Amino acid sequence: MSVTTYVFGIVSAILVLVIVFEMLRRRRVRERHALWWIFAGVLALVVAVFPGILTGTATALGITAPTNLGFFLSTIILFLVSVQSSAELTVLEEKTRTLAENVALHDERLARLEASTQAPIRDVDA
Amino acid sequence: MSSALAQTLIVMPAYNEEAVVASVVAEVFEKLPGVAVLVVNDGSRDETVLRARSAGAIVLDLPFNLGVGGAMRTGFKYAQQHGYRYVVQVDSDGQHDPSGVPSILAALETVDVAIGARFAGEGDYEVKGPRRWAMVVLASVIGRIARTPLTDTTSGFRGAGPRAIAIFAQHYPAEYLGDTVESLVLAARAGCTITQVPVSMRPRAGGTPSHNPAKAAVYLGRAALALVIALWRPPLALSIEAPTA
Repeated sequence: MSVTTYVFGIVSAILVLVIVFEMLRRRRVRERHALWWIFAGVLALVVAVFPGILTGTATALGITAPTNLGFFLSTIILFLVSVQSSAELTVLEEKTRTLAENVALHDERLARLEASTQAPIRDVDA
Repeated sequence: MSSALAQTLIVMPAYNEEAVVASVVAEVFEKLPGVAVLVVNDGSRDETVLRARSAGAIVLDLPFNLGVGGAMRTGFKYAQQHGYRYVVQVDSDGQHDPSGVPSILAALETVDVAIGARFAGEGDYEVKGPRRWAMVVLASVIGRIARTPLTDTTSGFRGAGPRAIAIFAQHYPAEYLGDTVESLVLAARAGCTITQVPVSMRPRAGGTPSHNPAKAAVYLGRAALALVIALWRPPLALSIEAPTA
Protein backbone atom coordinates (compact mmCIF):
# COMPACT_ATOMS: atom_id res chain seq x y z
CA MET A 1 0.00 0.00 0.00
CA SER A 2 1.39 3.36 -1.01
CA VAL A 3 1.57 6.32 1.32
CA THR A 4 -1.06 8.11 -0.79
CA THR A 5 -3.60 5.32 -0.30
CA TYR A 6 -2.82 5.22 3.42
CA VAL A 7 -3.34 8.97 3.82
CA PHE A 8 -6.45 8.88 1.61
CA GLY A 9 -8.05 6.27 3.90
CA ILE A 10 -7.35 8.28 7.02
CA VAL A 11 -8.58 11.55 5.48
CA SER A 12 -11.83 9.89 4.32
CA ALA A 13 -12.55 8.50 7.76
CA ILE A 14 -11.84 11.84 9.40
CA LEU A 15 -14.11 13.55 6.87
CA VAL A 16 -16.98 11.24 7.83
CA LEU A 17 -16.49 12.04 11.51
CA VAL A 18 -16.18 15.78 10.88
CA ILE A 19 -19.44 15.82 8.88
CA VAL A 20 -21.32 13.85 11.52
CA PHE A 21 -20.08 15.98 14.42
CA GLU A 22 -20.74 19.20 12.52
CA MET A 23 -24.32 18.04 11.88
CA LEU A 24 -24.65 17.24 15.57
CA ARG A 25 -23.27 20.64 16.55
CA ARG A 26 -25.76 22.41 14.30
CA ARG A 27 -28.57 20.24 15.64
CA ARG A 28 -29.24 18.96 12.13
CA VAL A 29 -29.20 15.41 13.41
CA ARG A 30 -29.99 14.04 16.83
CA GLU A 31 -27.39 12.11 18.74
CA ARG A 32 -29.30 8.84 18.76
CA HIS A 33 -29.57 8.92 14.97
CA ALA A 34 -25.89 9.78 14.62
CA LEU A 35 -24.72 6.92 16.81
CA TRP A 36 -24.28 4.39 13.98
CA TRP A 37 -22.51 6.95 11.80
CA ILE A 38 -20.09 7.80 14.59
CA PHE A 39 -19.48 4.10 15.12
CA ALA A 40 -18.83 3.64 11.38
CA GLY A 41 -16.54 6.66 11.24
CA VAL A 42 -14.47 5.56 14.23
CA LEU A 43 -14.20 2.03 12.84
CA ALA A 44 -13.09 3.37 9.47
CA LEU A 45 -10.51 5.60 11.14
CA VAL A 46 -9.07 2.77 13.24
CA VAL A 47 -8.83 0.50 10.20
CA ALA A 48 -7.32 3.29 8.10
CA VAL A 49 -4.62 3.96 10.69
CA PHE A 50 -3.91 0.26 11.41
CA PRO A 51 -4.73 -1.66 8.21
CA GLY A 52 -3.22 -4.72 9.89
CA ILE A 53 -6.43 -5.09 11.93
CA LEU A 54 -8.50 -5.66 8.77
CA THR A 55 -6.03 -8.13 7.26
CA GLY A 56 -5.65 -9.94 10.57
CA THR A 57 -9.41 -10.26 11.15
CA ALA A 58 -9.99 -11.35 7.55
CA THR A 59 -7.37 -14.09 7.86
CA ALA A 60 -8.83 -15.19 11.19
CA LEU A 61 -12.33 -15.43 9.63
CA GLY A 62 -10.99 -17.23 6.58
CA ILE A 63 -11.76 -14.38 4.18
CA THR A 64 -9.18 -14.34 1.36
CA ALA A 65 -9.49 -10.70 0.31
CA PRO A 66 -9.50 -8.35 3.33
CA THR A 67 -11.31 -5.66 1.34
CA ASN A 68 -14.32 -7.98 1.18
CA LEU A 69 -14.53 -7.86 4.95
CA GLY A 70 -14.47 -4.07 4.67
CA PHE A 71 -17.33 -4.10 2.15
CA PHE A 72 -19.28 -6.59 4.23
CA LEU A 73 -19.02 -4.49 7.39
CA SER A 74 -19.98 -1.28 5.57
CA THR A 75 -23.05 -2.98 4.07
CA ILE A 76 -24.12 -4.23 7.48
CA ILE A 77 -23.82 -0.76 8.97
CA LEU A 78 -25.74 0.84 6.07
CA PHE A 79 -28.42 -1.82 6.46
CA LEU A 80 -28.78 -1.19 10.20
CA VAL A 81 -28.98 2.56 9.70
CA SER A 82 -31.71 2.33 7.07
CA VAL A 83 -33.73 -0.16 9.10
CA GLN A 84 -33.50 2.21 12.04
CA SER A 85 -34.69 5.07 9.82
CA SER A 86 -37.67 3.00 8.64
CA ALA A 87 -38.58 2.24 12.23
CA GLU A 88 -38.36 5.90 13.20
CA LEU A 89 -40.47 6.82 10.17
CA THR A 90 -43.15 4.38 11.27
CA VAL A 91 -43.22 5.87 14.75
CA LEU A 92 -43.48 9.37 13.30
CA GLU A 93 -46.30 8.36 10.95
CA GLU A 94 -48.26 6.92 13.85
CA LYS A 95 -47.71 10.13 15.81
CA THR A 96 -48.84 12.37 12.95
CA ARG A 97 -51.84 10.13 12.43
CA THR A 98 -52.85 10.50 16.07
CA LEU A 99 -52.33 14.26 15.93
CA ALA A 100 -54.41 14.56 12.75
CA GLU A 101 -57.23 12.60 14.38
CA ASN A 102 -57.14 14.75 17.49
CA VAL A 103 -57.09 17.95 15.43
CA ALA A 104 -60.24 16.82 13.61
CA LEU A 105 -61.95 15.88 16.88
CA HIS A 106 -61.02 19.21 18.50
CA ASP A 107 -62.12 21.21 15.46
CA GLU A 108 -65.56 19.67 15.64
CA ARG A 109 -65.76 20.21 19.38
CA LEU A 110 -64.70 23.82 19.03
CA ALA A 111 -67.21 24.45 16.27
CA ARG A 112 -69.98 23.05 18.47
CA LEU A 113 -68.82 25.16 21.41
CA GLU A 114 -68.81 28.29 19.28
CA ALA A 115 -72.24 27.50 17.95
CA SER A 116 -73.59 27.03 21.48
CA THR A 117 -72.17 30.35 22.65
CA GLN A 118 -73.66 31.98 19.56
CA ALA A 119 -70.56 34.10 19.10
CA PRO A 120 -67.46 32.78 17.41
CA ILE A 121 -64.45 32.85 19.67
CA ARG A 122 -61.95 34.79 17.60
CA ASP A 123 -58.20 34.75 17.72
CA VAL A 124 -56.97 37.75 19.68
CA ASP A 125 -54.72 38.82 16.85
CA ALA A 126 -57.20 38.18 14.07
CA MET B 1 -84.74 -1.27 17.32
CA SER B 2 -85.40 2.45 17.46
CA SER B 3 -83.63 2.63 20.82
CA ALA B 4 -80.60 0.91 19.29
CA LEU B 5 -80.67 3.42 16.44
CA ALA B 6 -80.57 6.29 18.91
CA GLN B 7 -77.36 4.85 20.38
CA THR B 8 -75.80 4.29 16.98
CA LEU B 9 -73.27 6.36 15.13
CA ILE B 10 -73.06 5.81 11.39
CA VAL B 11 -69.48 6.55 10.37
CA MET B 12 -68.73 7.36 6.75
CA PRO B 13 -65.15 7.81 5.68
CA ALA B 14 -65.23 10.18 2.71
CA TYR B 15 -62.50 11.07 0.27
CA ASN B 16 -63.50 13.43 -2.54
CA GLU B 17 -67.13 12.34 -2.53
CA GLU B 18 -68.81 15.72 -3.05
CA ALA B 19 -70.96 14.31 -5.84
CA VAL B 20 -72.75 11.70 -3.75
CA VAL B 21 -72.11 12.28 -0.05
CA ALA B 22 -75.15 14.50 0.51
CA SER B 23 -77.58 12.04 -1.06
CA VAL B 24 -76.05 9.11 0.83
CA VAL B 25 -76.39 10.99 4.13
CA ALA B 26 -79.97 11.93 3.26
CA GLU B 27 -80.80 8.32 2.46
CA VAL B 28 -79.39 7.16 5.80
CA PHE B 29 -81.53 9.69 7.70
CA GLU B 30 -84.56 8.67 5.69
CA LYS B 31 -84.17 4.92 6.21
CA LEU B 32 -82.81 5.06 9.77
CA PRO B 33 -84.70 7.71 11.72
CA GLY B 34 -83.03 8.87 14.92
CA VAL B 35 -79.54 7.78 13.99
CA ALA B 36 -76.48 10.06 14.14
CA VAL B 37 -74.30 10.32 11.06
CA LEU B 38 -70.64 11.19 11.25
CA VAL B 39 -68.81 11.93 8.00
CA VAL B 40 -65.04 11.76 8.41
CA ASN B 41 -63.52 13.80 5.63
CA ASP B 42 -60.27 12.06 4.84
CA GLY B 43 -58.37 15.06 3.52
CA SER B 44 -60.62 15.72 0.54
CA ARG B 45 -59.84 18.82 -1.47
CA ASP B 46 -63.38 19.19 -2.80
CA GLU B 47 -66.65 20.26 -1.22
CA THR B 48 -67.22 17.02 0.70
CA VAL B 49 -67.23 18.81 4.07
CA LEU B 50 -69.77 21.46 3.04
CA ARG B 51 -72.09 19.02 1.31
CA ALA B 52 -72.02 16.57 4.22
CA ARG B 53 -72.62 19.32 6.78
CA SER B 54 -75.53 20.81 4.91
CA ALA B 55 -77.05 17.33 4.61
CA GLY B 56 -77.14 17.29 8.42
CA ALA B 57 -74.18 15.08 9.23
CA ILE B 58 -71.63 15.73 11.95
CA VAL B 59 -68.36 16.30 10.12
CA LEU B 60 -64.83 15.58 11.25
CA ASP B 61 -62.30 17.18 8.94
CA LEU B 62 -58.92 15.42 8.87
CA PRO B 63 -56.13 17.79 7.80
CA PHE B 64 -54.67 15.26 5.36
CA ASN B 65 -55.44 11.85 3.94
CA LEU B 66 -55.01 9.00 6.42
CA GLY B 67 -56.76 6.21 4.52
CA VAL B 68 -59.95 4.44 5.50
CA GLY B 69 -58.34 2.97 8.63
CA GLY B 70 -57.30 6.40 9.91
CA ALA B 71 -60.70 7.87 9.20
CA MET B 72 -62.41 4.98 10.97
CA ARG B 73 -60.25 5.20 14.06
CA THR B 74 -61.18 8.87 14.29
CA GLY B 75 -64.83 7.82 14.03
CA PHE B 76 -64.41 5.23 16.78
CA LYS B 77 -62.75 7.82 19.00
CA TYR B 78 -65.65 10.18 18.42
CA ALA B 79 -68.13 7.43 19.25
CA GLN B 80 -66.24 6.60 22.43
CA GLN B 81 -66.00 10.22 23.55
CA HIS B 82 -69.68 10.82 22.94
CA GLY B 83 -70.95 7.60 24.43
CA TYR B 84 -72.39 5.89 21.37
CA ARG B 85 -72.98 2.20 21.96
CA TYR B 86 -72.73 1.06 18.35
CA VAL B 87 -70.74 2.18 15.34
CA VAL B 88 -71.72 1.14 11.84
CA GLN B 89 -69.39 1.92 8.97
CA VAL B 90 -71.13 2.86 5.74
CA ASP B 91 -69.36 3.85 2.54
CA SER B 92 -69.97 7.41 1.42
CA ASP B 93 -70.17 6.40 -2.24
CA GLY B 94 -73.58 4.81 -1.89
CA GLN B 95 -72.41 1.24 -2.35
CA HIS B 96 -73.88 0.18 0.98
CA ASP B 97 -77.65 0.13 1.29
CA PRO B 98 -78.61 1.67 4.67
CA SER B 99 -81.53 -0.76 4.95
CA GLY B 100 -78.92 -3.36 5.91
CA VAL B 101 -78.06 -1.45 9.08
CA PRO B 102 -80.93 -2.77 11.28
CA SER B 103 -79.85 -6.38 10.72
CA ILE B 104 -76.25 -5.45 11.59
CA LEU B 105 -77.51 -3.74 14.78
CA ALA B 106 -79.62 -6.77 15.64
CA ALA B 107 -76.53 -8.96 15.39
CA LEU B 108 -74.56 -6.55 17.59
CA GLU B 109 -76.87 -7.34 20.51
CA THR B 110 -75.06 -10.64 20.87
CA VAL B 111 -71.70 -10.19 19.17
CA ASP B 112 -68.98 -7.53 19.15
CA VAL B 113 -68.40 -7.19 15.41
CA ALA B 114 -70.97 -7.77 12.66
CA ILE B 115 -69.94 -7.78 9.02
CA GLY B 116 -72.42 -6.96 6.30
CA ALA B 117 -71.42 -9.73 3.91
CA ARG B 118 -71.86 -9.49 0.18
CA PHE B 119 -71.74 -13.15 -0.75
CA ALA B 120 -74.09 -14.40 1.89
CA GLY B 121 -77.08 -14.91 -0.35
CA GLU B 122 -78.64 -11.52 -0.63
CA GLY B 123 -78.14 -9.07 -3.47
CA ASP B 124 -76.36 -9.54 -6.75
CA TYR B 125 -72.93 -8.22 -5.99
CA GLU B 126 -70.32 -10.31 -7.77
CA VAL B 127 -66.55 -10.39 -7.99
CA LYS B 128 -64.88 -12.85 -10.32
CA GLY B 129 -61.47 -14.33 -10.99
CA PRO B 130 -58.30 -14.21 -8.87
CA ARG B 131 -59.57 -11.37 -6.73
CA ARG B 132 -62.55 -13.52 -5.81
CA TRP B 133 -60.25 -16.42 -4.89
CA ALA B 134 -58.19 -14.10 -2.72
CA MET B 135 -61.34 -13.04 -0.90
CA VAL B 136 -62.41 -16.66 -0.41
CA VAL B 137 -59.03 -17.65 1.03
CA LEU B 138 -59.01 -14.64 3.36
CA ALA B 139 -62.54 -15.38 4.51
CA SER B 140 -61.81 -19.00 5.35
CA VAL B 141 -58.59 -18.18 7.23
CA ILE B 142 -60.12 -15.34 9.22
CA GLY B 143 -63.25 -17.40 9.80
CA ARG B 144 -61.09 -20.05 11.40
CA ILE B 145 -59.37 -17.48 13.63
CA ALA B 146 -62.71 -15.98 14.65
CA ARG B 147 -64.25 -19.48 15.04
CA THR B 148 -67.25 -18.55 12.95
CA PRO B 149 -68.09 -19.15 9.29
CA LEU B 150 -67.32 -16.06 7.27
CA THR B 151 -67.60 -15.54 3.54
CA ASP B 152 -66.73 -11.89 3.11
CA THR B 153 -64.02 -10.33 5.24
CA THR B 154 -63.12 -7.41 3.00
CA SER B 155 -66.53 -5.78 3.26
CA GLY B 156 -66.40 -2.25 4.59
CA PHE B 157 -70.05 -2.44 5.66
CA ARG B 158 -69.77 -3.47 9.30
CA GLY B 159 -70.79 -2.66 12.81
CA ALA B 160 -69.00 -2.65 16.16
CA GLY B 161 -70.38 -2.95 19.66
CA PRO B 162 -69.00 -1.39 22.87
CA ARG B 163 -66.12 -3.83 23.42
CA ALA B 164 -64.96 -3.60 19.82
CA ILE B 165 -65.26 0.20 19.85
CA ALA B 166 -62.94 0.35 22.88
CA ILE B 167 -60.32 -1.64 20.97
CA PHE B 168 -60.78 0.03 17.61
CA ALA B 169 -60.60 3.57 19.05
CA GLN B 170 -57.05 2.77 20.11
CA HIS B 171 -55.81 0.25 17.60
CA TYR B 172 -57.67 0.48 14.31
CA PRO B 173 -54.98 -0.25 11.72
CA ALA B 174 -54.19 2.27 9.00
CA GLU B 175 -52.15 0.07 6.67
CA TYR B 176 -53.34 -1.25 3.33
CA LEU B 177 -56.07 -3.84 4.01
CA GLY B 178 -55.63 -3.09 7.70
CA ASP B 179 -59.08 -1.55 7.92
CA THR B 180 -60.70 -4.77 6.74
CA VAL B 181 -58.54 -7.86 7.19
CA GLU B 182 -56.27 -6.87 10.03
CA SER B 183 -58.97 -5.20 12.08
CA LEU B 184 -60.92 -8.47 12.15
CA VAL B 185 -57.87 -10.49 13.19
CA LEU B 186 -57.13 -7.89 15.86
CA ALA B 187 -60.67 -8.04 17.23
CA ALA B 188 -60.89 -11.84 17.08
CA ARG B 189 -57.59 -12.34 18.85
CA ALA B 190 -58.53 -9.83 21.54
CA GLY B 191 -61.53 -12.03 22.27
CA CYS B 192 -64.26 -10.20 20.39
CA THR B 193 -67.00 -12.30 18.87
CA ILE B 194 -67.63 -11.84 15.16
CA THR B 195 -70.51 -12.74 12.92
CA GLN B 196 -71.71 -11.86 9.47
CA VAL B 197 -75.15 -10.87 8.29
CA PRO B 198 -76.23 -10.99 4.67
CA VAL B 199 -76.70 -7.59 3.08
CA SER B 200 -77.31 -6.57 -0.46
CA MET B 201 -74.74 -4.36 -2.04
CA ARG B 202 -75.15 -2.00 -4.95
CA PRO B 203 -72.69 -1.88 -7.78
CA ARG B 204 -70.19 0.93 -7.41
CA ALA B 205 -71.47 4.23 -8.70
CA GLY B 206 -68.31 4.96 -10.61
CA GLY B 207 -65.42 2.87 -11.88
CA THR B 208 -65.26 -0.86 -12.54
CA PRO B 209 -63.51 -3.36 -10.29
CA SER B 210 -60.19 -4.47 -11.71
CA HIS B 211 -59.88 -7.88 -13.36
CA ASN B 212 -56.21 -7.56 -14.10
CA PRO B 213 -54.59 -10.86 -12.94
CA ALA B 214 -51.31 -9.15 -12.04
CA LYS B 215 -53.14 -6.69 -9.80
CA ALA B 216 -55.11 -9.53 -8.28
CA ALA B 217 -51.87 -11.40 -7.53
CA VAL B 218 -50.41 -8.31 -5.85
CA TYR B 219 -53.66 -7.97 -3.90
CA LEU B 220 -53.47 -11.58 -2.73
CA GLY B 221 -49.82 -11.20 -1.79
CA ARG B 222 -50.41 -8.08 0.25
CA ALA B 223 -53.46 -9.62 1.87
CA ALA B 224 -51.46 -12.70 2.83
CA LEU B 225 -48.67 -10.53 4.24
CA ALA B 226 -51.16 -8.43 6.21
CA LEU B 227 -52.70 -11.61 7.57
CA VAL B 228 -49.42 -13.25 8.56
CA ILE B 229 -48.14 -10.11 10.28
CA ALA B 230 -51.45 -9.60 12.08
CA LEU B 231 -51.33 -13.16 13.38
CA TRP B 232 -47.75 -12.82 14.45
CA ARG B 233 -48.32 -9.77 16.59
CA PRO B 234 -48.98 -10.20 20.28
CA PRO B 235 -52.74 -10.22 20.84
CA LEU B 236 -54.35 -7.21 22.50
CA ALA B 237 -56.19 -7.54 25.74
CA LEU B 238 -59.87 -6.77 25.99
CA SER B 239 -58.93 -4.16 28.53
CA ILE B 240 -61.86 -2.27 29.87
CA GLU B 241 -65.56 -2.61 29.46
CA ALA B 242 -66.44 0.15 27.04
CA PRO B 243 -66.09 3.42 28.92
CA THR B 244 -69.10 5.61 28.36
CA ALA B 245 -68.94 9.34 28.33
